Amino acid sequence: MGELRLMKGNEVIAEAAIRCGCDAYFGYPITPQSEVMETLMARMPWEETGMVVLQAESEVAAINMMYGGASAGRKVMTSSSSPGISLMSEGISYMAGAELPGVVVNVQRGGPGLGTIQPSQADYLQATKGGGHGDYRLIVLAPSSVQEMNDFVDLAFELSFKYRNPAMILTDGVIGQMMEKVELSDFKPRWTDEEVERLNGSWAATGKKPNRERAIKTSLELVAEKQEIINQGFQAKYKKMQEEEVRYEMIHCDDAEYIIVAFGVSARISQKAVDLLREQGHKVGLFRPITLYPFPSKIINQMADKVKGFLSVEMNSGQMIEDILLAVSGKTKVDHFGRMGGVIATPGEVVDAMLTKLIGG
Amino acid sequence: MAELQLADIIKPENKVYGKSKIMTDTPLHYCYGCSHGVVHKLIAEVIEELDIQEETVGVAPVGCSVMMYNYIDIDWMEAAHGRAPAVATGYKRVNPKKYVFSYQGDGDLAAIGTAETMHAVNRGENIVMIFINNATYGMTGGQMAPTTMVGQVTSTSPYGRNVDINGYPLRITELLAMLPGAAYVTRQSVHTPANVRKCKKAIRKAFENSAKNIGTSFIEVVSTCNSGWKIDPVAANQWMEENMFPFYPLGDLKDGERDSFEQFSVQKLKK
Repeated sequence: MGELRLMKGNEVIAEAAIRCGCDAYFGYPITPQSEVMETLMARMPWEETGMVVLQAESEVAAINMMYGGASAGRKVMTSSSSPGISLMSEGISYMAGAELPGVVVNVQRGGPGLGTIQPSQADYLQATKGGGHGDYRLIVLAPSSVQEMNDFVDLAFELSFKYRNPAMILTDGVIGQMMEKVELSDFKPRWTDEEVERLNGSWAATGKKPNRERAIKTSLELVAEKQEIINQGFQAKYKKMQEEEVRYEMIHCDDAEYIIVAFGVSARISQKAVDLLREQGHKVGLFRPITLYPFPSKIINQMADKVKGFLSVEMNSGQMIEDILLAVSGKTKVDHFGRMGGVIATPGEVVDAMLTKLIGG
Repeated sequence: MAELQLADIIKPENKVYGKSKIMTDTPLHYCYGCSHGVVHKLIAEVIEELDIQEETVGVAPVGCSVMMYNYIDIDWMEAAHGRAPAVATGYKRVNPKKYVFSYQGDGDLAAIGTAETMHAVNRGENIVMIFINNATYGMTGGQMAPTTMVGQVTSTSPYGRNVDINGYPLRITELLAMLPGAAYVTRQSVHTPANVRKCKKAIRKAFENSAKNIGTSFIEVVSTCNSGWKIDPVAANQWMEENMFPFYPLGDLKDGERDSFEQFSVQKLKK
């Protein structure tokens, strides 16, 4: 059993980064995620593990510092909230193009624009369809508890290095700000220079050795035919992710006639709604995608043969529902319930939506 | 004394100059008369002389020198437009023993990347920053740059740069020299053999500073872009001397090291 603590989600992101052997964090303050850098600065991990923590002049600079650290074959991360992630999107696209690993945490708030500082899930499409320019995807993990804020930092690093692609932890102001019991991970030492060379020396810019070609971390290839080949490589990588990395959780889905699909805090709210609906005698289950990219399309498609309908519950106008509709392919009814602008739905509202939109409708 | 014959001249022991081993055999794509190739050569020579090929990592910009990683045989990172100092910072912070340099043009360093430039120097990052100022956006076809001279005709200032519309040419090097994080700030050129030698000395000093962890070393090279300026290379050198040097005077602006914590603690903070 690891160390048990009562912590905020944002604080746990910081602690998990130190414990999983992260080499550097670059960030810029923004509500509702400033506790990540505040916790790191107070913890002074540079004294303990040698981890670098640097407050950048902007989100733009922070993501490009990540580009530099990732080019060295190091484990680097940043965190921000929605408007800051928009600023980082340029750098994320460049990292995807240069096939650089790294972890970006988005503690979402309501938008568009400056929006609000209240929690939201309105960046689903931005996170799962790329966000910046060009044909790329991020590995997107959606924690729905403070425990998963801990667990997914290490997992995100593992996946981002496995695929040499940036990974995003897409969370929200509720999970970031709420306190829960968490079992912290054990400490993993940071990679030594020798380990970086052994693990990542085939691609990282660790200094040109006489026995190899120089490493060039770039997303540039002007010859269209060559750029297409590079893009085909990306697509092959994304296909492999779809085959091997899909993660989800199913609660009361075995006998369910209706299924709520929800991620992050909406899944927590919907779990209560499922209990309330079952008390009323309705066979309702909860399907929680953990990887938003790759999306669990195959299993949703299989369930669509058996159930009478899916309700997508999201804190937005209906974004994940597009992926559900594609997965269901018209086999059964699909509807959406969501609050926008930072309003958090209640379990009662979800119950009503299920009753009026699907069960009674 | 007998006149030297060709056979003697090409003897290895009579060799006085050669291409740096750190330069690759890839033909440079730059226009004839361009300053980039000369500065690339100087960087390669300094890396070779200091014997730091394995320890040096470069950050290429967006602009004409976007593919400079094809010419110097070291490990490279290609940054987004303006972001080279941030990329260099990220690399250097996780690899403090490496020599890290960025190489940028005026649009990259002094327009789109002004924030990254100022803050990297203000933090006193132990990196080398090389700034090619040719007063134009060369790669995109000669548009107005932040350093374009007043009255200078470019494709986006076809009647000459007008301060009422376009503002003033930016002497960013003077600004950077004021920052406490800077160790060495200098302005050089490479239009004569003497200036090439001086510039090389400056680049060498900057790399040596990097090993001493004394703050940022910043070298502006006032350069020509005869294609962008639409004049021949000789006329470009003359135009630069007559028009740019009075506004961008050559020489050191700061030579020392970044302010220490004690030096900069002007007054004790009141609790």
